[in-house]
Amino acid sequence: MTGKGSMWWRRVKALVVKEYYQIVRDVSSIMISVVLPLLLLFIYGFGVSLDIKHLRIGLVMEDTAPDAQSFAKSLTNSPYFDVKIDRSRDRFDQMIVDGSIRGIVVIPSYFSAFRERPPNQAPIQVIADASDPNTASFVQNYVAGAFANWLVQENISSNWQGLPLVNLQPRYWFNEQLDSRYFLLPGSLAIIMTLIGTLLTALVISREWERGTMESLMATPVRMWEVLVAKLISYFILGMVSFILSAFLTMLVFQVPFRGSFLLLLFAASVFLFTALGLGLFISTVAKNQFVASQAALITAFLPAFMLSGFVFEISSMPWPIRAITHVIPARYFVSCLQTLFLAGNVWALVLRNVLIMALLGMVCYLLTIFKTAKRLD
Amino acid sequence: MKLLALIKKEFLAVWRDKKSRFILIFPPIMQLFIFAFAATLDVTNASIAILNRDNGEQAFELTQRFHGSPIFRHITYLKGVEQIKPYIDEQKGFMVVSIDEQFSRNLDAGKPADVQLILDGRKSNTSQIVAGYAQSVITQFSRDVETKYEYPQINITLFPRYWFNPNQLYYWFTVPGLLGILTMVEALMITALSIAREKELGTFDQLLVSPLLPGEILIGKAVPGIVISMAEATIILIAGILVFQIPFTGSFLLLYLSMFVFVCAIIGIGLFFSALCSTQQQAILAAFVFNSPAVLLSGFATPIENMPKWLQYITYLNPLRYFLEISRGSFLKDFPARDVFKDTWPMALIAIVTLTGATFFFRRRIQ
Repeated sequence: MTGKGSMWWRRVKALVVKEYYQIVRDVSSIMISVVLPLLLLFIYGFGVSLDIKHLRIGLVMEDTAPDAQSFAKSLTNSPYFDVKIDRSRDRFDQMIVDGSIRGIVVIPSYFSAFRERPPNQAPIQVIADASDPNTASFVQNYVAGAFANWLVQENISSNWQGLPLVNLQPRYWFNEQLDSRYFLLPGSLAIIMTLIGTLLTALVISREWERGTMESLMATPVRMWEVLVAKLISYFILGMVSFILSAFLTMLVFQVPFRGSFLLLLFAASVFLFTALGLGLFISTVAKNQFVASQAALITAFLPAFMLSGFVFEISSMPWPIRAITHVIPARYFVSCLQTLFLAGNVWALVLRNVLIMALLGMVCYLLTIFKTAKRLD
Repeated sequence: MKLLALIKKEFLAVWRDKKSRFILIFPPIMQLFIFAFAATLDVTNASIAILNRDNGEQAFELTQRFHGSPIFRHITYLKGVEQIKPYIDEQKGFMVVSIDEQFSRNLDAGKPADVQLILDGRKSNTSQIVAGYAQSVITQFSRDVETKYEYPQINITLFPRYWFNPNQLYYWFTVPGLLGILTMVEALMITALSIAREKELGTFDQLLVSPLLPGEILIGKAVPGIVISMAEATIILIAGILVFQIPFTGSFLLLYLSMFVFVCAIIGIGLFFSALCSTQQQAILAAFVFNSPAVLLSGFATPIENMPKWLQYITYLNPLRYFLEISRGSFLKDFPARDVFKDTWPMALIAIVTLTGATFFFRRRIQ
């Protein structure tokens, strides 16, 4: 029994060595496992940000009441705005169309007059370019925030009774600076793992089928499951190395805080990789053709990891049929683990639940593969 | 005549194979529909919790205001401070609204009262938007209390207005973006695979010994990519206008002219990859390695102005960035010819460089 056991293990080891040479020699697998992760991490680290540093707005001063001027001053002094001032709206109307400003604040000519007659409200119009709705809501929120600050200051300087009665005190846990990179970078690790686990694995196994080298291997004493296990082990190692490298870059180069336990992170990552490899294996078993396998991997793994994992776009805001689909996307559970372990720490209940679901989804992929393979051998 | 026959052959090569025909038609349409609804930074159906430690009428009234808002769907009531941490930690919701014991007493006495919001910074973008909604609910409540008790009021009001997209529908932003992205992916994939496929099948040499000039071969390879990707763009455009009901305010003529220039720029890149790669797998991966950064650095998901300056300069090399401006502008902003031209000439420049580059590289490979 032990002799037989060590035989298959020796064969698997030899196959892993063969995979190693194939990976090192093939430019395209190096591209996917090293160049692309670094490139993506680099772009996510520097380029992709939802935080607006300088909102470019136009300010129209049709009325020059002292109040209006003082509010205008607080806008121009704010580090969040890049303000251009004009007496009329014409120029700004053009600029908001060509995108050189994101919003217009209008202090209308009837500003002072409206204050004198009931209901004694002087209007300030805030126009946002909603062709980009996210930026538009930031324009509105930032101007409202600047307005609230200005009221407080006015109140202090003139002892003016006019503060809102209910004060809001927002506290952002885990990410006080509201830096979107803090959740985008950990989330992007899930995408990198998907690339190696599913796309690369599906391509490599389907290449063996397409070129007929799988049949040649099957003619040797090696059994097919040994070939597949060797592939999975090789790409598991490759994926973990790439993950650890990317995770370190995220922490050290991009300075994203890490508040959880590193062991738990590795555990969650290996369960996710196990699932991603299972999906890659299943795709290659069904497709057996590189072009179809690559397209299937893009559609079932890469794009969902990007769009449906809650990494940039919030799942709860999607319509219910799409919300239902996200429940079978493993990346969804991994993204939640990553963001939690990096920013919040070891929230055991959440991490363990997500890891368990990922493991179940992975099991389904392997069972489907076994079922499919068994049927073909008959 | 020879050229025409070659173009016909290239169309057949793309179209004849059932699998590649499927890949050309089905995924882009599926992606259009899923991503139009999934790619949203908008917030709806947000789960929140309220911790109300005040038994007074004012606090009760405030909690009812949250129930009235369509943004907040699932409202949980917490029983004590100790429940806040697990609620946020385990991502059961984005926000906890905490009302202290003094709330109603303070308001009834005309004194300012505090409401604390605890938000999940792991989703800082969503949380900020949720906080914005909470702010407007609470501001309105505050004003109503001030009116009821005739407390002194602020006499300046902000009136928010949303231009070009008054209801802030997020897919009005996404679908014009997808028009650019899906057209690019399609054009790149068709041309990148065209020469690589012939190389892998060994028919490339036959093509070279035919009486066709290298330039003619390249034109033959480029035309199907241009025609098929622009046809697909037309389908997306029609779906955007008829199915998604997004207003198209600009000029179709200008949109198609600029789209032609855009597609030419992409085709040049595709031909370059095709000449460079010897197998289909390499061509697929090269197209993929180009697509991911091109999409991320185009302003599709996150605005270019949020990027650091040096990276903004790099995006000037990305043809998608210009076409997204034109597509969004033509849909929503009635983009004038002047602005379309401003975004088209850089694409024309890129097209000239990539097409001549591909021709040059292709010639050198043959010799």
